Amino acid sequence: MEDIKLMKGNEVLAYAAVRCGADGYFGYPITPQSEVLETLTELRPWETTGMVVLQAESEVASINMVYGGASVGKRVLTSTSSPGLSLMCEGLSYLAGAELPCVVIDVSRGGPGLGTIQASQADYFQVVKGGGHGDYRMPVLAPNSVQEMNDFVDLAFELAFKYLNPAMILADGVIGQMMEKVRLSPQKPRRTEEEIRKECPWAAIGKGAHRKERNIVTSCYIDPETMERHNHKLQAKYERMEREEVRVEEMEVSDAEYILVAYGASSRICAKVVEDARAAGLKVGLIRPITLFPFPSEAIRRAAQHAKGFLSVELSMGQMIEDVRMAVGNAEIPVQHFGRTGGIIHSPREVYEALKQFMTETGGL
Amino acid sequence: MKEEIIIAGFGGQGVLSMGKILAYSGVMQGQEVSWIPSYGPEMRGGTANVTVILSDRKISSPVLQEFDTGIVLNQQSLDKFEESIKPGGTLLYDPNGITRAPRRTDLDIYTIDAAVEAARSGNAKVFNMFVLGAFLKIKPLVTIENVIEGLRHSLPERAHKMIPANEAALRKGMELVKKAE
Repeated sequence: MEDIKLMKGNEVLAYAAVRCGADGYFGYPITPQSEVLETLTELRPWETTGMVVLQAESEVASINMVYGGASVGKRVLTSTSSPGLSLMCEGLSYLAGAELPCVVIDVSRGGPGLGTIQASQADYFQVVKGGGHGDYRMPVLAPNSVQEMNDFVDLAFELAFKYLNPAMILADGVIGQMMEKVRLSPQKPRRTEEEIRKECPWAAIGKGAHRKERNIVTSCYIDPETMERHNHKLQAKYERMEREEVRVEEMEVSDAEYILVAYGASSRICAKVVEDARAAGLKVGLIRPITLFPFPSEAIRRAAQHAKGFLSVELSMGQMIEDVRMAVGNAEIPVQHFGRTGGIIHSPREVYEALKQFMTETGGL
Repeated sequence: MKEEIIIAGFGGQGVLSMGKILAYSGVMQGQEVSWIPSYGPEMRGGTANVTVILSDRKISSPVLQEFDTGIVLNQQSLDKFEESIKPGGTLLYDPNGITRAPRRTDLDIYTIDAAVEAARSGNAKVFNMFVLGAFLKIKPLVTIENVIEGLRHSLPERAHKMIPANEAALRKGMELVKKAE
């Protein structure tokens, strides 16, 4: 009992960062994730693990501090919300180009523009398809519970260091602001300089005892042939992610005629819709992408063999639906979108009504 | 057991913290819980509400459109949430500041004079504990011992000296709750 706590998703992100042995957090407050920096400041990890917590002067500064920390092999992270992420996109592209591991968390809110502080899932394109310029990808984890806000911080670092690439956590205001039970991870020690030297032979930490040359961290390749080779190298990593890192949760899919596809807060709402639909005798299932990149196309393709239709339920005007359509790959099977936007959270009933209407229109009801 | 509750009132009345204490009590009782506030440009004097779910089973959606119980602490909240209570559900409200009585006839309706009692006790901060006590009398979902345990976990150490006053208010709330005519 003692180690089960009741906490907000945002608070848990802060605890998880300290406990996974992070070396530094650099951030700038923005609703709905300001509790991350607040909680870190309260925890004062610089007095215990030695982790640096720094409020930068802007998101642009935060992401470039992350670039600096990552360049020397440190476990560093930042968190922000939608407009803040826009400011970080140049940095993300540089981090990806320079093959630097780090964790970036977006607790998204309504947009475009300054938008609203309420929850939204309209950053899918930005986070999953790039945001920054150039041919790059990032693994994207989409937690749908407070427990996963804990678990995914460490997992994101693991992916970041495995692939030498920024890893993203795409949460939303609902998951950030809600409280649930959570079992926090045990405290891991921060890596010693010796361990970093061993694990990060690419890090820009001087020559050391056994090396003649200094490492250079850069994303600048002026010679086109070198640049192309670099792109092929990056591409090979992304393809490996697609083979090895797909994570997905399925609910009542095996005999389902209609499939809801939803991630984050929407997937929790849809889980209730599946419960209600099943109770009413409707064969409805849910596919919940846990990784948005790599996208669980195979699970959707499999379900498309018996499904009459897919409903992509997102707190946006419909972004993930493009990936759902591609995964279904069969123009005969209707794929539709439902979602409230602008910070309004669709209720289970609204989704249920939209589902029934979709089923009626497509001959399933 | 599954209880879906909306608690709504003015910011500053302790709506969110009451929800948190209730949720923490559920944790102490070994239940699954969720707590989700209406966060936003709310402030002291504005409206605030929180959805709390206590359940024996894993909770699917923390976001709901209807509730087993509505705990309502001002007129705006009554106007907003009266229709969201399930038929046969429970409505608990503080008549202080209520200018229009509830219209629903298919609910179990209770009142608690928490504002008056808090003023009388000279400690306005325990207002929400009178209300929570009233609710737990109607629906004993968690034991008073687990509420105290929840308080111990959710309050910072320096506030632990307030626990006896909170417990007294809880017990008083249990006595004072009335079934509406």
